[in-house]
Formats: sequence, C-alpha cells, structure tokens
Amino acid sequence: MRNAQRILAALAVLGALHLVILLAGFVAPYDPAAQNRDFPFAPPTRIHFVDAYGRAHLRPFIYSLSVRSDTVNEYEEARDKSYPVRFFIQGPAYKLAGLLPLHVHLFGVEGPAQIFLAGTDGYGRDQFSRILYGGQISLAAGLLATGISLLLGLVVGCVSGFYGRWIDESAMRLVELFLVLPWLYFLLAVRSFLPLNISPTQTFLLLVAVIGTIGWARPARLVRGIVLSAKGRKYVIASRGFGASEYYILRRHVLPHTYGVLLTQAALLVPQYVVAEVTLSFLGLGLSEPAPSWGNLLANLQQYNVLISYWWMFAPALALVIVSLGYLQLANAVHELQSGSI
Amino acid sequence: MNYLERRVIHGMLLLVGVSVLCFAFAALAPGNFFDEMKLNPQISPATVAALRSQYGIDQPLPLRYGRWVRSVIRGEWGYSFAYNCPVRSLLMVRARNTLLLTTLATLLTWLIAIPLGVWTANRRGRWDDRMGMAGSALLLAVPELVVAMLLLYWVVRTHGLPVGGMVSVDFDVLGKQAKLIDLALHLVIPTTTLVLASLPLLVRHIRASVVEVLQAPFVQAARAHGIGGARLLFRYALPAAANPLSSLFGLSVGALLSSSLLVEVITAWPGLGPLLLEAAMARDIYVVVGAVMASAFFMIAGSILADILLVVADPRIRLGSL
Repeated sequence: MRNAQRILAALAVLGALHLVILLAGFVAPYDPAAQNRDFPFAPPTRIHFVDAYGRAHLRPFIYSLSVRSDTVNEYEEARDKSYPVRFFIQGPAYKLAGLLPLHVHLFGVEGPAQIFLAGTDGYGRDQFSRILYGGQISLAAGLLATGISLLLGLVVGCVSGFYGRWIDESAMRLVELFLVLPWLYFLLAVRSFLPLNISPTQTFLLLVAVIGTIGWARPARLVRGIVLSAKGRKYVIASRGFGASEYYILRRHVLPHTYGVLLTQAALLVPQYVVAEVTLSFLGLGLSEPAPSWGNLLANLQQYNVLISYWWMFAPALALVIVSLGYLQLANAVHELQSGSI
Repeated sequence: MNYLERRVIHGMLLLVGVSVLCFAFAALAPGNFFDEMKLNPQISPATVAALRSQYGIDQPLPLRYGRWVRSVIRGEWGYSFAYNCPVRSLLMVRARNTLLLTTLATLLTWLIAIPLGVWTANRRGRWDDRMGMAGSALLLAVPELVVAMLLLYWVVRTHGLPVGGMVSVDFDVLGKQAKLIDLALHLVIPTTTLVLASLPLLVRHIRASVVEVLQAPFVQAARAHGIGGARLLFRYALPAAANPLSSLFGLSVGALLSSSLLVEVITAWPGLGPLLLEAAMARDIYVVVGAVMASAFFMIAGSILADILLVVADPRIRLGSL
C-alpha cells in the first residue's frame, strides 16, 4: 500500500511539473528571448509583503529595479513606488503549447517594473521564463529519446528472444558492443560524426535520434530475457498446440510480460536522457543559443565571473534535480512493487 | 587459467568490434577535418586535395579501415590532423591521466561504499538506514555536472584549493615532495566529484545484496555460534554478497568513465575527456576513434579485473567451475 502511495506521489509531482512546462507560455511572465539590456545579471526579484511604513499587505508586491549609481551591474530597489503582483495579467503574446495564441499570463506586474523570479542572464533575459521554455526542449528530448530506445529495445529483444538461433546470437553480440562503451564517450563520438552547423530543429531531432539510438542495448537485453522465459511457459506451449500463430503468441502471451520492465526502464531512462541532452548542450555539442535548453542555460556557469558572482544562474540545475528525483522515485517504487520490497 | 584466457580473447574481439562500429559511424559523417580549410583563401584547392589523398580521406571505408588497422599494428593508432602527429603519442599521456583519476576515484568510492552499504544493510529500517537511503536517493538525482559546478563554486569562493589543470604553473621548479602535494591538491576536486557521483548507486546495490545475504540460513547459524558484529558482516556476509557486486564493478567503471569525461572537461584535467571533446569539435576522427577505443579498453579491463576479484573474494567460486 505504501508503494502505491509513493507511485501516486511521484506521478503527481511529475504530472504537475510536466504540465507547468507544457504550459510554459502561460506560466512564464515574459518571452524567453526578450532582452533587457539595461538589466544584465539582475538578481531574483524580492517579493515583499510589508511596505516601507511597516504595513502588511495581503497581495505581495515588488519594487522596480534600478542600477545603483556609479556601478554597472549592481542593483537596488526603487522604493518610492510599489508594484503589486497581479494574476491572470495581460502580457506579451505567446502560443499555448504551441497552438493557442493568447495574451494572458499566470502572474506578472504592471510596467515599467519587471518581475524576475530567477534573476536575469547576461542579456537581461528573464531566467524563470527561459527555464520553463528550456524545459520544453530538454524534457521533450528526454521523452522522445526514451521512446526510441524502448521501441528499438522492444523490437530487437522480442525478435531475438522469440526467434532465437543466429538472429539471437548476432543481436546479442551487437548488444555487447553497445554496452562495452561508456555512454558519454560513445555519445560524443557519434555526435562528432554528425553535422554541427544546422538549424535548431534539425539539431534537436538529431540529438534525440543519437541519444535514443545509443541506449537501446540494455532494454533489448532485459526484454530478451523476459521473452525467453515467457516463451517456455506451459500456456504458451498449450496455445501453440491449439494452433495459435507466432504473431498471436507474441502479442497475446509474451508482450504483456515485458510491460513492467519497460515501465521501470522508461522511468530510469528519461532522467538519464534529459541529463544527456543537458550535458551535450553544456559542452557546446547540443542546442545552441538563442534557443533555451537547460544545458545551455547551465553553460553560462562556465564563465568564471558568472560562476563566482551570480548564484542564481544555478537555477536550471534545481529544475533538473527535481525532474531526476521524481523519475527516480517513480522507478524505485515501480521496481519494488514488482519484485517485492527489499 | 583457461577461463581468464577466454575472457581476454573475448575482450580483444569486442575491441575489434568497437573499432568497426566506430568506422561505421564515421562513414555517416558529412564533413571532415579539411572542409574548414577549403574556406581559407590562403590554402589552394590543390593543397587540400593533396592533403585529403595523403591521409586517405577520399578512399572508401573498407580501405580506410585497412589503413587504420595497419597503423595500429605499427603502433601509431592513426594520425591526428589537428596535432599533426600519430594518435598514440597523444593518447598515452591523456589515458594515463584519466587512469590516475578514475583509479583513485574507484578505490575511494568502494572504500567508502562498502562500509556504508554493509552498515545500512545491518541497520535496515532503523533511523540511520533511512537517512542513508534518503541521502543517497537525493544524491542520485543530482547529475555530476551539477555536483562539479557546485564544488567549483564553493572552491572559487573560498580559494581553498587550486582549480583547473593537473599541476600548478610552477610545477617544474618544485621539489619532489612539493610536486606530489601539488598533484594531490589538484586531484581533490575532480576526485570528490566522481566519488559523490558514483557513491549513491553503489551504496544502494551493496546494501540490497547484503540485506539478501543476511536473511540466509548460514548467517543465522553463524549468529548461533556466537559470531556477530563486524566479523559476521565483513568476514561472512560480504564475501557471500560479492557475486552481484562484481558485475556491478564493471558497470560502475563505465559510469565512472562517463562522469570522468565531463569532470575532466569542467576542471580542465588533461585526460581523455578534453581530448575527445576537442577532436569531436574539429572532426579529428582518428583521435575520436582512439579515445573511444581507450575507454572501451578500460571498461573491458575493469570487468576482467572484477572477475578476478570475485574469485579472490568468494570462496564458493573456483576458476575450474567457471
């Protein structure tokens, strides 16, 4: 029972997170590419409840930001006028989930003040908005690549386990080859053989394909094992005796056994592949600016002055950790549910 | 040592397979190192064509593979276009540095993970076990990229340790002892990152397999004979749990090499990682192939080593029975 609760909790957190990122346009107050050249590396905006006279307000408010005199990048709050945080406010146009054109945002403040929940980057772009939009790319890459890996693994594993003989033999040799390579080395090598200067959409598809293709070996081996053991069950032999076709047996009696493993593998692979995309983009072999992804947001930290001065540039890492934690908890709970708790 | 010989031969076959796989992927490459040169007006098209034919870039794949194999036999491992020298001389130094880092990290990780895993298994369900499990679950979710950046952040803020590279600028003029200390200080950040990145998974696996062993009848019998405490855990339970752990060792070497690549790039450790990244950017394909082969070699060597360790650790396994 506790396991079921854990699965539900992990699913709820993950579902909420994915929904927020899917609806990035609505949740984010600004356009991810909108620059404010006057406010490079502005720290996260402080949200106040108590004003300068000591009165408490129910509705949170912020002060507008101004550059401190005789500095370039130190900021102070202009305390003469407060800007209440408004919900469902009209703002820059966007397309909800890439389809529905809208103007309304979950929260925001009236101009000229601006609210930067996670600070701004070197171009004064709102990092909170960039994290949400970047999440769309990073998560989509992870999910799609997982789909590719599992599909390849399922097909190869089934064919290999079910038909056996030389197909099995050669497929498993190939699996060994893929498993003997450390995945990041392999990923970099394959990436290096593919074009670097292409459009962002092409890069994205290429990344997904490369990451997905590299990881098929482990699921394939696991699926093969399950198919092998399922194939020898008595009801399968009985079904064969009744004249069932091979395809029918595979679909009706063998495939359902693999669902559990596929589910656990999916929950393990998604965070791994999100991290893979982040790593490639961080190293400059993935998506490049101006398209935001968690990897190239984190890549800002590679500059020494950013690393030591602007701690809020670590914010994308937090998003990454929460996603990983959610998926790993899910994987753990599902795994324990299947194998009996240890 | 029949079994060992078979393992070594199998490993060599795997390496050959890896090289074929690398060349197969390289055949997909749309560009090559000399494409950039074509854009340079100071280099004539004839020079580029001459270079291309000199390095055999325009030959079909099987011929190129044959050339590469011959060069491996000569001990050159192909030719680096960017460094203008045989790949082997590049690889040896870099591989040595990576090996130093990963060996140290592996040793430290296992030295920390084994007591932790055995301890939490013994205290299963109590408060310290739960804390350990929660901590490892959290650490597991933090990618090594983030661990490395956080450690770097901490170090550049406190100026406690040298960052970047393997040795300080004045390394050559230092005395022997000072050299060692300098190297050790540079090792701290990358090693700590690697240990933190690989520790949680290891602790969890060790805990799981020791928990399983602790339920076995022979442990009860040992307890009944008055054997308890650390002696029971480390002398009796741990060797019995060694079997799944040895296959884990092979896997952990692979994961560690991957993390190491990233950590080397971030902390500018002159290992295989930065070399591979540079070569990948410049399409210096023989260096890429060489680095991948080196990593595969480490991985195979690691898993063979794990098997040998297993034979040493687990008294139930003798080489004849394998």
